Amino acid sequence: MKKILLAAVAASVFTWAGQAPASAEYLKEHRGGTMRLLARSAAGTLDPHINYTLQYWQIFQPLYDGLVAFRKADGKDGFKIVADLAEDMPQVSDDGKTFTFKLRKDIKFANGQDVTVKDVVASFQRIFKVSGPTSGTFYSGIVGADKCLADTKSCTLEGGVTGDEAAGTVTIKITKPDAEFIDKLAMPHAVILPAGTPTEDVGSNPIPGTGAYMISAYDPNKGMTMVRNPHFKQWSEEAQPDGYPDVVQYDFGLTEEAAVTAIQKGEADWMFDQPPTDRLVELGTKYMDQVHISPLTAWWYAPLNTRLAPFDNEKARQAVAYAVDRNTLVNLFGGKVLASPVCQVLPPDFPGHVDYCPFTKNPGAKWSGTDVEKAKQLVEESGTKGQKVTVIVEDTAVSRAIGVYLQSVLTTIGYQADVKPISPNLQFTYIQNTNNKVQMSVSQWYQDYPAASNFLNILFGCDSFREGSDASVNISGFCDKDIDAKMKQAMDLGVTDQEAANKLWAEVDKEVTDKAGAVALFTPKHVDFVSKRLGNFKFNAQFYWIVTQAWVQ
Amino acid sequence: MAALILFLLIVAACLSAPLYARWAGVDPFTSTLDAVIQIDGQDVPVMEQSTEGLGLGYTPLGPTWRLGNYFLGADNQGRDVMARLLYGGLNSLLISAAATVLTLILGTSAGLVAGYFGGVTDTVLSRFLDILWAFPIYLLAISLSIVTIAQGISIGPITIESGSLWLPVIIIGIVYVPYVARPIRGQVLSLRNSEFVLAAINLGVPGHRILWRDILPNITTTLIVFVPLMMALNMLTESALSFLSIGVQPPDASWGTIIQDGQALLYTRPIVALAPGIAIAISVMALNVFGDGLRDALDPRSKVRLGRD
Repeated sequence: MKKILLAAVAASVFTWAGQAPASAEYLKEHRGGTMRLLARSAAGTLDPHINYTLQYWQIFQPLYDGLVAFRKADGKDGFKIVADLAEDMPQVSDDGKTFTFKLRKDIKFANGQDVTVKDVVASFQRIFKVSGPTSGTFYSGIVGADKCLADTKSCTLEGGVTGDEAAGTVTIKITKPDAEFIDKLAMPHAVILPAGTPTEDVGSNPIPGTGAYMISAYDPNKGMTMVRNPHFKQWSEEAQPDGYPDVVQYDFGLTEEAAVTAIQKGEADWMFDQPPTDRLVELGTKYMDQVHISPLTAWWYAPLNTRLAPFDNEKARQAVAYAVDRNTLVNLFGGKVLASPVCQVLPPDFPGHVDYCPFTKNPGAKWSGTDVEKAKQLVEESGTKGQKVTVIVEDTAVSRAIGVYLQSVLTTIGYQADVKPISPNLQFTYIQNTNNKVQMSVSQWYQDYPAASNFLNILFGCDSFREGSDASVNISGFCDKDIDAKMKQAMDLGVTDQEAANKLWAEVDKEVTDKAGAVALFTPKHVDFVSKRLGNFKFNAQFYWIVTQAWVQ
Repeated sequence: MAALILFLLIVAACLSAPLYARWAGVDPFTSTLDAVIQIDGQDVPVMEQSTEGLGLGYTPLGPTWRLGNYFLGADNQGRDVMARLLYGGLNSLLISAAATVLTLILGTSAGLVAGYFGGVTDTVLSRFLDILWAFPIYLLAISLSIVTIAQGISIGPITIESGSLWLPVIIIGIVYVPYVARPIRGQVLSLRNSEFVLAAINLGVPGHRILWRDILPNITTTLIVFVPLMMALNMLTESALSFLSIGVQPPDASWGTIIQDGQALLYTRPIVALAPGIAIAISVMALNVFGDGLRDALDPRSKVRLGRD
């Protein structure tokens, strides 16, 4: 998923205020108070079936539940999926196509209604009725989804999602085995909402959920107030733990600079946006006990359009990969504490990742420096020397700096390069659309869930390329039939043997890297700057900081 | 006169940008993040990685106050700010001057034609200028820039590449046309009924000849007064557009783009944003004072007004 969208992380490197996991004892001692969060702006609709931003997915965690959920735990433990509204993990049929969930009893929505089988069935139908952004990808494998996608309003998912009220079970059938289906069910787009929820985007009207908190007030121009859900009784600490603060006040409108100052003064507890780069030195020295740095399973990369000159030539693409100094890019991002150089698609510590770095001074496992002479030679051999190249970047300080650096690299190796910063709101869709004839760009990808396919298949699969569409996330237009077949083989293999599948993904990763459809730049780390009073900071691998598991008193 | 001298000094300094860069041995358009310079015989990195605490972040070199050796320090690409300031000034001056010429040509033509021929011609032209004037200037300029910045302009045989300096020239030149055309039209309307023009018409002198030989010379003083004032206005607009990334495109520099670069360094290296800001302020002030002086000198009774009533 794109930058501002949901990402995942490995373990927290620094957990200065971190203590043991929440417990009844801690709850007694630290329960209460108002936590103040800040963000530059709101993040769109409150509809959990529609919103696709990290900012709100993080907030949805203590508000909503699915049949299953990513564990609300520190670090990589957050990748583990646990039963949530379901009593246990589903029973899966031998053919891997039928999942049966037994619903927990006595769970209520924030409006006091009981959660029933009917709500579960209606929620799955609603994903399609509201044309959820992942209805055609994550959930298109459910039986009946094709009809729902064709005619959203009359969606029934007949034969796909069925409930047995008497037995309290829900059965989901999919058309073919999918090793990642449980991951997809744990995403916020599959949370369970009351059956009577409008089948349209609710916008700024909060929908009652089952979590420990509920939204009591929301104004996208001002802020959001979350209070305790009076009907919540903890049923699983792993899936939906009770929280510490009584109130979470999330205010919008302050710039990053102002937010840093507010936290320094103790007027706020946390900021969603990353601190500005010119404040990092100050934060890293004077406020080091309030800074948490966490590695992300994410990827900054420069897609090269494989269908447009000069990068329709493999040698030209490889030349750029040889010439771009990853260490320089790391420095532009804020230094080696905040990012690590990478050469391949899959981030370190990710399923299927095996260190591989072919386009560097000493090809092998790790980045060892640029080889500009080799790059120049490849440009000569490709016959593309002197061609014009435009790099499209987001108009943010870091992206612009990276763009300017790439422009100077391209100039050095023999191209006539220029760089165009365009609004961050437009850039991601602009670079996807082939009509805009983008040769090279800078983009980021953050996982939806921990699976190699979420990087390789989505960013370089033939099916992810759509001519003339703003939603063609295969920005390079890369499509290699053999590699594509191997990716499909790996996905099928994952159903029965995940380890073997990961080995196959490692091969795919190497092959895609060799083709240089994109230049891998670096893998970033996440900086959380919190107030002095904030304790029990936990950084979840899947959904970042677990807001309500921190205390403010 | 002092204002003119000050402005000419700024122009001269900016024109010396290539010489300065060559003398200092710097390339103001290329990232030099790994560069190391010598100060008092000691090697100093242009970008310094923090080593204290968590070791977060980089800080560019601050002002050395030594001409030719990062006088104003480095920006976040490790480039010499002084060299970029001079190159940026050159671009800002070029764009504002060229846009001023374009505005005056278009505005004067529209004002002359509308004022002299009157009737339908005047109505059509005036309504068109009203429409143009109805848009807030910056909103119009930003809209035009966003539309053209990615793909450039291609009309028939005329193609302007997206990174070209001609794009901001044309955009700024167009949005200020009503500011010139309106007062010119007013003057022409008045001149149209003056005795020497009526005499020329009655003698059968063709309209274009009257416009060129009789009316244009009579509005020349107004046009001359417009030059510095429009240039100041255009310089501000160019800086604003470049600051918003829709004027001069990186790695080229203008005072606006340098302020934008400096925005990310306000806390640690405020000089990067302050230096071009001060340069803009001094240049605009000098042009305005010179413009006022020029107006008083050429026509003390003139009531040339820029902007809306």
